[in-house]
Amino acid sequence: MPEVEKSSKMTKTGLTLGPVLFNWSPDRLRDFYARIADEAEVDRVHLGEVICGKRQPFTDGLWPELIERLQAAGKQVVLSTLALPYNPRERKAVTDFCEVGEIVEINDLTALPSVAGKPFIVGPFVNVYNEGAARFLAGRGATGICLPVELPIASVAIIAGELPEVEFELFAFGRLPLALSGRCYHARLHGLHKDGCQFVCDRDPDGLPVDTLDGQQFLAINGIQTLSNGVEAFCPTPDELGKLGVRRLRLSPHTVDMVAVSRLYRALLDGRASRAETLAALKELNLPGELVDGFTRGQPGSARVEMA
Amino acid sequence: MSLELVCPAGTPSALRAAVEAGAHSVYCGFRDETNARNFPGLNFSPDEMIEGVRFAHAHGAKVLVAINTFAKAGSMDAWKAALANAEKAGADAVILADLAVLDYAATHHPNLRLHLSVQAAAATPEAIAFYADTFGVKRVVMPRVLSVEEIAKLNAAINVETEAFVFGGLCPMTEGRCSLSSYATGKSPNLTGVCSPPEHVAYSEDRNGTATRLNGFTIDRFGAGEQAGYPTLCKGRFVAGGKTSYLFEDPVSLNAASLIAAFAKAGITALKIEGRQRGKGYVTEVVRTFRAAVDAIDAGGTEVEVGRLLAGLVEGGRQTSGAYKKTWR
Repeated sequence: MPEVEKSSKMTKTGLTLGPVLFNWSPDRLRDFYARIADEAEVDRVHLGEVICGKRQPFTDGLWPELIERLQAAGKQVVLSTLALPYNPRERKAVTDFCEVGEIVEINDLTALPSVAGKPFIVGPFVNVYNEGAARFLAGRGATGICLPVELPIASVAIIAGELPEVEFELFAFGRLPLALSGRCYHARLHGLHKDGCQFVCDRDPDGLPVDTLDGQQFLAINGIQTLSNGVEAFCPTPDELGKLGVRRLRLSPHTVDMVAVSRLYRALLDGRASRAETLAALKELNLPGELVDGFTRGQPGSARVEMA
Repeated sequence: MSLELVCPAGTPSALRAAVEAGAHSVYCGFRDETNARNFPGLNFSPDEMIEGVRFAHAHGAKVLVAINTFAKAGSMDAWKAALANAEKAGADAVILADLAVLDYAATHHPNLRLHLSVQAAAATPEAIAFYADTFGVKRVVMPRVLSVEEIAKLNAAINVETEAFVFGGLCPMTEGRCSLSSYATGKSPNLTGVCSPPEHVAYSEDRNGTATRLNGFTIDRFGAGEQAGYPTLCKGRFVAGGKTSYLFEDPVSLNAASLIAAFAKAGITALKIEGRQRGKGYVTEVVRTFRAAVDAIDAGGTEVEVGRLLAGLVEGGRQTSGAYKKTWR
């Protein structure tokens, strides 16, 4: 039996709940993570505000209790840092998060000096497009890398094949994080500036859909972030994942029942449900957009999932 | 100290035009996927690069070679060859973005001066210090996130040079962090060195006028008799929250000429003009005007007139100073 196949059967594929990308209230976050702690079939949960430094003061005080709650339920907790820090307060937030003592996910190289000498995880906002970049970060202490969403699957296999010691992870469920900006699009749409944004992004807990002039569903905005309107649904078989050398999938939180989503993916990864069954069940959920998976098939990311 | 004017050279003839018009430096790339303007009809062969550097140096100008895409997994040879060819040509610096390419250049080409591309999006003292300490990067091109005041503070906190875009095309998204083009078309700046690629563009006419589409997605519509612009994804009109608008950015280009004096005060070393896809007539005109502006500011003159001087150079005439003024955000 080939080595890769054997290992894919022996090691259980990890399932991560990524950081909440949207502006959810502390109450909503508390309720959400309480249910995740008790019921979700994920072994790792990321906490932290990744998109906008202006939202951080609302949630900063919340993380210690959520870390405790999730760890008590047996989840591994990872703290995700800001993807585009630039002002002194945001930079300090990155440093502070690295000093909490939990494992950190870096989403910008600003965090690299703060994780020196410690193991860390590299998030999908860091540009790892080849084995050289992955090897460099592994040499600095990266134990896991969630690869960029647009990376072709052929590249994933090459990178993961070169670095078996690193746990590679793919973004498998949720609106795809496509772009970041210095400008806040929620503020701009509402005739405001970022500095006086009135936090209008909190009205769209899954992001605000952006359609074309011909009514095609296309993108979604979330403050300074642009996401896909389509919901990524990468549903590989355990063997396919094993061949890729990918050992972990990431589910990105939405208002849809994430416990249900986690159970569907767990069943898929354990070989208890087929790809078709998983996709059919996902489609039944109250999703914010159509299912897409083009990036994982070497197609434009917007290509719809083929159900057959 | 004088500001260095860094000018685009998409072709050997644009390089000569820029140098003759007064460019202190020109930047250009090889004719392959190693640079972020990988468009047909542009860029340099290794021999053209040698000749270009020779011409520039003979006229007292520098050549910065952009090798600023992310190397493809399993096939880094093109990026290695580009570094070797840049060094062989006598380039004054290479402009890099990818950790793998930076690491390789620092190890195998210790005599090459390294600049960090805008595609690397390094916006903090921590990130910049990392690139400087690890790879010996000497200059960082500023991501389009920071205001002039923020760049001034950043310059006080770092010990490498900074370069800022002053004129030309403008990405509203943080460069190097954008996959919008690949979501629509499969091709993107980070993957293939292109954005909103021409082979996916369609102009279709119906009774309402012209729709411009990118791989089937409508990016904008124009009435009969209106000039239909190129469908660059982030400059399109979309519908969000019941409102139709240029949600991401209006069809404007960057003109920060009125900020040249502020850039100098902020401690910026070099000003960069975008436009490697532009012809030599355009390059000549823009470079000559900016050189005059930089020289005037250097001599203590005012900058107010300079902005007006350049207004006519831009299609449609609509311009913005982008993130350099905080209200843009």
